[in-house]
Amino acid sequence: MITPNHKAPLTFASIELDAGLKAALAKPRSDLIAEVTASQLKGRGGAGFPTGVKWNLAAAAQADVKFVICNADEGEPGTFKDRVILTDHADLVFEGMTIGGYAIGSNTGILYLRGEYTYLRPHLDAVLAARRQKGLLGKNVAGKQGFDFDIEIRMGSGAYVCGEETALIESLEGCRGEPRNRPPFPVDTGFNNKPSIVNNVETFAWVTCILVKGSAWFKAIGTQRSTGLKIMSVSGDCAQPGIYEFPLGITIAKMLEAVGGVGAKAVQIGGASGQCIPASEFNRTIAYEDVSTGGAIIVFGPHRDMLAVARNFLEFFVEESCGQCTPCRDGNPKLLEGVELLEQGRCSMRYLNELASLGETMQVASKCGLGQSSPNAFLSIIKNFKGEVMGRTQGETH
Amino acid sequence: MADTVDTSRAPVSQTGHVMPPVEDEGMIGARVTLNIDGQDVKVPMGTTILEAAKKLGIRIPTLCAHPDLCEAGLCRICVVEVEGMRTLQASCAYPVHQPMKIHTHTRKVRQARRHIIDLMLSHHYGDCYTCARNGNCELQSLAKEYGVDFFRFGHPDKPLYAKDESSHAVIRDMNKCILCRRCVRTCIDLQEVGALEAIERGDKTKIATFMDKPLADVVCINCGQCINRCPTGALRANDPTDEVWAAIDDPKKHVVIQTAPAPRAAIGECFGLPAGNPLTFEMNTALRLCGFDKVFDTNFTADLTILEEGTELLLRLQDALKTKKGPVFLPQFTSCSPGWVKYLEHMYPEYIPHVSSAKSPQQMFGAVIKTYYAQLNGIDPKDIVTVALMPCSAKKFECNRPEMVDSGYKDVDYGLTTRELAKMIQEAGIDLPKMPKSDFDAPFGSATGSGVIFGATGGVMEAALRTVIELVVGIKVENLFEHADIIPVRGMEGIRYVELKIPKVGEVPALLKPLFESWDFLDGVTVKVAVAHGTANAHKVMEDLKKGGPLSQCHFIEFMGCPGGCLGGGGQPIPTTLEIREARARAIYSEDSAYPVRKSHENPAVLHLYQEFLKEGPCGHLSHKLLHTHYTPRGKYIAE
Repeated sequence: MITPNHKAPLTFASIELDAGLKAALAKPRSDLIAEVTASQLKGRGGAGFPTGVKWNLAAAAQADVKFVICNADEGEPGTFKDRVILTDHADLVFEGMTIGGYAIGSNTGILYLRGEYTYLRPHLDAVLAARRQKGLLGKNVAGKQGFDFDIEIRMGSGAYVCGEETALIESLEGCRGEPRNRPPFPVDTGFNNKPSIVNNVETFAWVTCILVKGSAWFKAIGTQRSTGLKIMSVSGDCAQPGIYEFPLGITIAKMLEAVGGVGAKAVQIGGASGQCIPASEFNRTIAYEDVSTGGAIIVFGPHRDMLAVARNFLEFFVEESCGQCTPCRDGNPKLLEGVELLEQGRCSMRYLNELASLGETMQVASKCGLGQSSPNAFLSIIKNFKGEVMGRTQGETH
Repeated sequence: MADTVDTSRAPVSQTGHVMPPVEDEGMIGARVTLNIDGQDVKVPMGTTILEAAKKLGIRIPTLCAHPDLCEAGLCRICVVEVEGMRTLQASCAYPVHQPMKIHTHTRKVRQARRHIIDLMLSHHYGDCYTCARNGNCELQSLAKEYGVDFFRFGHPDKPLYAKDESSHAVIRDMNKCILCRRCVRTCIDLQEVGALEAIERGDKTKIATFMDKPLADVVCINCGQCINRCPTGALRANDPTDEVWAAIDDPKKHVVIQTAPAPRAAIGECFGLPAGNPLTFEMNTALRLCGFDKVFDTNFTADLTILEEGTELLLRLQDALKTKKGPVFLPQFTSCSPGWVKYLEHMYPEYIPHVSSAKSPQQMFGAVIKTYYAQLNGIDPKDIVTVALMPCSAKKFECNRPEMVDSGYKDVDYGLTTRELAKMIQEAGIDLPKMPKSDFDAPFGSATGSGVIFGATGGVMEAALRTVIELVVGIKVENLFEHADIIPVRGMEGIRYVELKIPKVGEVPALLKPLFESWDFLDGVTVKVAVAHGTANAHKVMEDLKKGGPLSQCHFIEFMGCPGGCLGGGGQPIPTTLEIREARARAIYSEDSAYPVRKSHENPAVLHLYQEFLKEGPCGHLSHKLLHTHYTPRGKYIAE
């Protein structure tokens, strides 16, 4: 089940092409959505919203036009699994989108591709062309009378925040990529104000697998609340970085064994917006109910300076905040300044507590997931590595 | 106008989500019960938490929210705690669709608000003492309300941005900007001009013009609507108060002020009175006490404008219907709103021939003062300083237009806003509402109600119709409309369309004899007119004209750059809301009813001016030299 690098086969490699689509089109829409719901598949982008529920809401929405949007704006630092999936298994993704189109009653799919992945565009265009050729896109998809569906590719322009679904939709509409207020949600008021489902690349691929192998197969893997398999991008201080497929619910310790990362000081799970888990908590599990992730695992060896880690992530958020809401736009620079004070040994305990409380405000008061998760790494590092980060106290304090 | 295109560039998340007031029923009339701070309240589905709380008398602070603008939910100061939700919710942008328990001032909420204010102050450079908005600043009030006693996250000790003082009308100081984007939403969504937008991201985010050019070099129409909605002093009008005081203090200068109708209906708001209390005659006294040598009424030239612009319209109609010579540009557009004029010059320069060549009342006044008035009183025009009290920031730009020197001097030296005059009056230690009443000075004091209603949207049209109908039909307009109130052109609807059939024509009055033999060409004609206020509505009208829609059949269209017309102008007291503008409109219309002479062509001073000075009558040679102008095709892309 564990594959040391992306050249080795993932479950995706064993899936017969177009079998999932044919299985889906043979079902009535309600049964199809029921099958996806029964698998308890949750969004693989990291937020973990149940896919079946999302599709059901969009299917129930009354509208002349609906959209299926694939979020391929893979921007989380430390994640590269969508790139691999699109390189090796693009058909499964497009198939999953087509299934989604059938499920919610949409004729149009859009793949929002990360700007940095422009080099994948010719490959993806070729896959789409081949699918059109085979009648798997276009009029009467796969011979299903009355079901027309096609997919277009739209390019992102390098903003991390456009991975947030409503910012992605703003970007698709030609606007500044900034998150919208929710509610209304995209399933109701999405692209061009029409009901839209926005799912991650990996989610669509798993939908295809579920249609081929059945929801029971998927549900049998993982934990009760986190079913199925998850593709992880592993990087950092480990012997075998790369793409892995793990069942959800795996402990961090077990995962570290698999990737050659035993002896790590900490693991950042969920990329820059995730949590930094110290060695003392390596018995925790990777699951939506414990430590959830969109797939980015960064291993920090014993020699790593955790303050430098915090600095690195905060510099990222200072730049990538969309600049719309106050807590995220103005809070992250203050946290970064705090790290600089800590580095110089000039941050008083009082001010550090103030910054921790600011971080908590950012977690609850920011407009979107980016801002809400941006202080996570900082907060977990100052909590779990207090001795290390406060160890430099010297000189004049702030 | 259902078939006009929606061309707003505001993000879709924001357009169409202007939250309805609590009183309006939801689409299906369904209601939902909320519990806010322990009190139950029943509101229509889709009501925001903020509106619901207001209904209970619970105050939630806001900064980015503004009743005239679409929701934004980005400053986050209005966050509240909703039971069962992990994160706090922005109450201004959260529509309620199910029962909820809400807490508006828990520890978490208070801490978040305090943090947000502290974060804003951490890059808000500038002293409150030296700020145009001192005492009327929403950030200052919030800092007070939340007991900010020190700068928890620091405070800049030097400016981060240079001020943009390039514009005659609007000054931008981004050091005071808190990025609430009310100005952006005002410019893009309310006015559909789009001179301002957020650029960059993260901590580099700022509000900027196209390519970050000076405001004077972009499509800004100087309407100042952004100033009226800015919560801080980041945007303010270019203030000539010091120069005006200097002129007053100079014994060699003869300082004349003309006052437009809209400021008098609103200036009381700067002195603590509720909106809708006109202080016309108290203001006259105060202006004399300030030291102005003469206090005149812009309504005089508003009436003059009606005669010039109305005659021009009749000439165009004569060309179109009778002589059929040359290209005739109909509909004729009004020219009194300088914000609208600059909007047209940028966005629709090909339509410039449609704009009446008559100057605005402000500019006509300046030209008359420095010629006729100077002659009459034996004053050298170089010693006359003309000040215009206007509800408008664009008037500052207008009086500085290079072509506005037809008297041989700068026709109008300074444009003062209502806010700036209020400050002068305060500086002079005058309690305006308590002043005794006094009249305007002769000879330009006597005006008509038609001049007054220029201050409200539809007013120019109503005044023009009163005059044109009477001159053409030859019967009293009161016989057609009760009290001469042409109600259909009034109101706050964005675009209003009115048809008036001319039942029969009368004799050509002596004043117009040189230009018209008879009115036969108007016999039985249905005059079609429209009124639009706010450039977003102007945009809709222009797009309709471009595609030959129903409005292209109009003969005359009144455009006002600002929502509500002049009474909602960019120089009026802050804050502004629809309710405030409606109250000001009521004040203006009640003043109109109080005038004994309510039609421009019956203004004795105007008739006297035509007898004594502009002897060839309306649109004659001297009129053309002094009272008419031309426009500049600017386009959207302005060369360096």
